[in-house]
Amino acid sequence: MTQAVLQRPAVRRWGGLTLAAVVVVGLYALNEFFWTWLYAGVFGWDITTGWPSMLHFFSYDTIKITLLLVAIIFAITVLRSFASIERTRALLGGRREGVGNVLAAGLGVVTPFCSCSAVPAFIGFVAAGVPLGVTMSFLIASPLVNEVAIALLLGLFGIGPTLLYVSAGLMIAIVAGMIIGRLHLEGWVEGFVFETKLRGQVIDSTAELTWDDRLQMGREEVASILRKIWPYLLAGIGLGAVIHGWAPEDFFARFAGAGNPVAVPIAVLLGVPLYSNAAGILPLVESLHDKGLPMGTLLAFMMATVALSLPEMILLRRVLKPKLIGVFIAVTAVGIIAVGYLFNAIIG
Amino acid sequence: MNIKILGSGCANCVNLEKAARAAAAELGLDADFEKVTDYADIAGYGIMRTPGLVVDETVVLSGRVPTVSQVKELLSAQLGS
Repeated sequence: MTQAVLQRPAVRRWGGLTLAAVVVVGLYALNEFFWTWLYAGVFGWDITTGWPSMLHFFSYDTIKITLLLVAIIFAITVLRSFASIERTRALLGGRREGVGNVLAAGLGVVTPFCSCSAVPAFIGFVAAGVPLGVTMSFLIASPLVNEVAIALLLGLFGIGPTLLYVSAGLMIAIVAGMIIGRLHLEGWVEGFVFETKLRGQVIDSTAELTWDDRLQMGREEVASILRKIWPYLLAGIGLGAVIHGWAPEDFFARFAGAGNPVAVPIAVLLGVPLYSNAAGILPLVESLHDKGLPMGTLLAFMMATVALSLPEMILLRRVLKPKLIGVFIAVTAVGIIAVGYLFNAIIG
Repeated sequence: MNIKILGSGCANCVNLEKAARAAAAELGLDADFEKVTDYADIAGYGIMRTPGLVVDETVVLSGRVPTVSQVKELLSAQLGS
């Protein structure tokens, strides 16, 4: 038995993956049915109002979002294992602005990257001759368009808003990077960055990966992201459940609905200092959307929260002078506000 | 043997150091460990994704936390060269 399995590692690998996919899809399909059956059928509660409605929403949403995250983070990590930041830098070296910014934003989305590597990546890019504006396009796109947000938008709102989100994120990163490049702010980068000598051979961190390695990386990434975001996720879903069950229908729409012309900038200003991640924000966005808030305002709020965070700014302070951090925040925030208005005009 | 762990102190670097120490111990290597936390130094090694593992001034791994047995392979390969 063991021997037969060892002789057929490919069957075991792809069979296991298929089985896992079937289990995830099955649980996803049965999720709502199960909680409705449990609360309404077994306990006999009225799940359309009050706290049974909140509990039903919380249980159902927690399972749904967790399943979505597992499936999509896994898929994206495996796909990303084919890209590497070393190859990205090689592609960006010597690019002119314009083409370089477009390429950098696109690569910012597909290259595996975590904000704890923002500083070494920044030094590595700039010291290797990638222009500052092009480097900034990469650094803006990378957190702005992230896999957790893609997973949740796809599951909660469908393909349309997800594509809008990805293209808006790319657009902001391209334009913001081009503006920063045009302003010629190299003097606002800490001097040691340009003096850093790159020595040693560069190793490609994804070279010679086998399929088993890639799938293993997918599993590890799912575990590590879920470990990191679950408190945010539960808080977000909890708050969403409260809004779902208690807030009067027109409460939010009256203050931040389509009729309020300054709702978008206010949402962005609220989102910038708020430190959360897509996992905490999107369940909230779902509930607020149900209560009649326009998608553009909500997406702007979400992007401001995930793209501009205090911890990342403190990290970047090591390589950027405060003035350049100010420009970085201002240009990105203005871009997000513009996108919010645009979306409200397109999809309402 | 000189083993350097490159990274600014995030969880990945701690895990990499654990794996590297375990691997060196299992191989019975006489290795001294060093932590490199300065960003300019890290980038100087050509590393753009932390954590990084440098053995006798050669970068052998970056961007992921390996298992103990993977580190053993890397260390053995470095011994042989």
